[in-house]
Amino acid sequence: MRKRLHTLLTLGATVFTVFLPELVRAAGGSAEMLIVVADSRRVDSGWARYFVDSYNTNPLWFGLEVTVITAFLGVTLGLITDQIMKRIGIDLTSRKIVEH
Amino acid sequence: MLEWYTMYMPISGVDIFWPGLVLIGFSVGCIGGFFGMGGAWMVTPGLNILGFPMAFAIGTDIAHIAGKSMISTFRHSKFGNVDYKLGCIMIIGTVIGIEIGAQIVMWLERLGQVGPVVRWAYIVLLALICLMVFYDYYKATKKKKAGEVGERGAEGITWYKTLHRIKIPPMVHFKTAGFTCSAWLPIMVSFLTGILAGFLGIGGGLIRMPALVYLIGCPTHIAVGTDLFEVMISGLYGTFTFGAKGRIEIYAVFVMLLGAAIGAQIGTVATKYAKGYGIRIAFGLAVFACMISIILKQYKIDLAATILILGAVGSICVYICWIMFSGAAKELREKKAASH
Repeated sequence: MRKRLHTLLTLGATVFTVFLPELVRAAGGSAEMLIVVADSRRVDSGWARYFVDSYNTNPLWFGLEVTVITAFLGVTLGLITDQIMKRIGIDLTSRKIVEH
Repeated sequence: MLEWYTMYMPISGVDIFWPGLVLIGFSVGCIGGFFGMGGAWMVTPGLNILGFPMAFAIGTDIAHIAGKSMISTFRHSKFGNVDYKLGCIMIIGTVIGIEIGAQIVMWLERLGQVGPVVRWAYIVLLALICLMVFYDYYKATKKKKAGEVGERGAEGITWYKTLHRIKIPPMVHFKTAGFTCSAWLPIMVSFLTGILAGFLGIGGGLIRMPALVYLIGCPTHIAVGTDLFEVMISGLYGTFTFGAKGRIEIYAVFVMLLGAAIGAQIGTVATKYAKGYGIRIAFGLAVFACMISIILKQYKIDLAATILILGAVGSICVYICWIMFSGAAKELREKKAASH
């Protein structure tokens, strides 16, 4: 048992020593980014134009906007569909856990 | 002239059949809420078929999964299916693991081996999950027939019992999941599943859900809810990072979430009427379909792979809707009978 543990530890240490430099090196460079620009000629005004401009000018801000809007939509739609579900009349607060 | 059924996507600049988006959202909401996973393996090919460029399909898929998982997590939470303490502890391991997995992929990329290695590793992993799920069911059924029933009923694979004997401090009690174990167990399990998820480029629900059941010892329903909580957190992070990289079509996310909101409620409420092993077996079948479709893709039989994925998604969806509606109808009948 002790011998097996020793072999395992040695093997683990070898793998770690071999792979670590590669991991550190892998963290250095990054793949070339493909730049996509949204075509603003087909959208004149409104929300679509706002999102296109935001996408083209400030990607970081666009990322933040999408995250906040997604979370907001998730919560809002969750609340609305929750109300619809409640109207069915089933118990939505408890359940029995039966495995088999 | 644009027809009523097409919608212009301002970021990617393509016209998309929007009812298709609602349908994809609904199906994945349903399946994700029932199995506790994001379902990227179903959405990305679907979006690609509708006409999205692959780069946008992946990012849009992640944003939609984040929103959909929020709806399912809240519903599961009300049923008492989410162990937040366990979910929060697991996030630590998941995040570090995913980062290491992604670095391994970059290393393989430099060796020029990333494509085949990742695909075959994915196939082997899915095959192992399938085997584990079906073997567990076989063993549990055998035990049930023999009358060997524990406090959780007849159980097949009980690896978690062995892992719970590891008493490395700090020991943590998970009230909702109903067990006490070393905090290192969920951290290490989530770390390993995180590495696999990062390596395979998937959200991880497909691996984490069975890991929560077989290695950590969660009852199936709690595993589903807790996993969705993790999918929600990682999905929101993914939305931000893919959004900042310009890979999300925001209008498609809105439309898909409309379908997903209804699907997620149906899928989640269906778990109330399903037995744990029912969920596990259906999950095993979904994983099996996913595995076969990847093998078909590996041999460039793309049409058959797509038909298989869509067929599996459709059938599982119908099954989940049937469980939910028949269960609700039965409950309402019993309520009516009790009030008379």
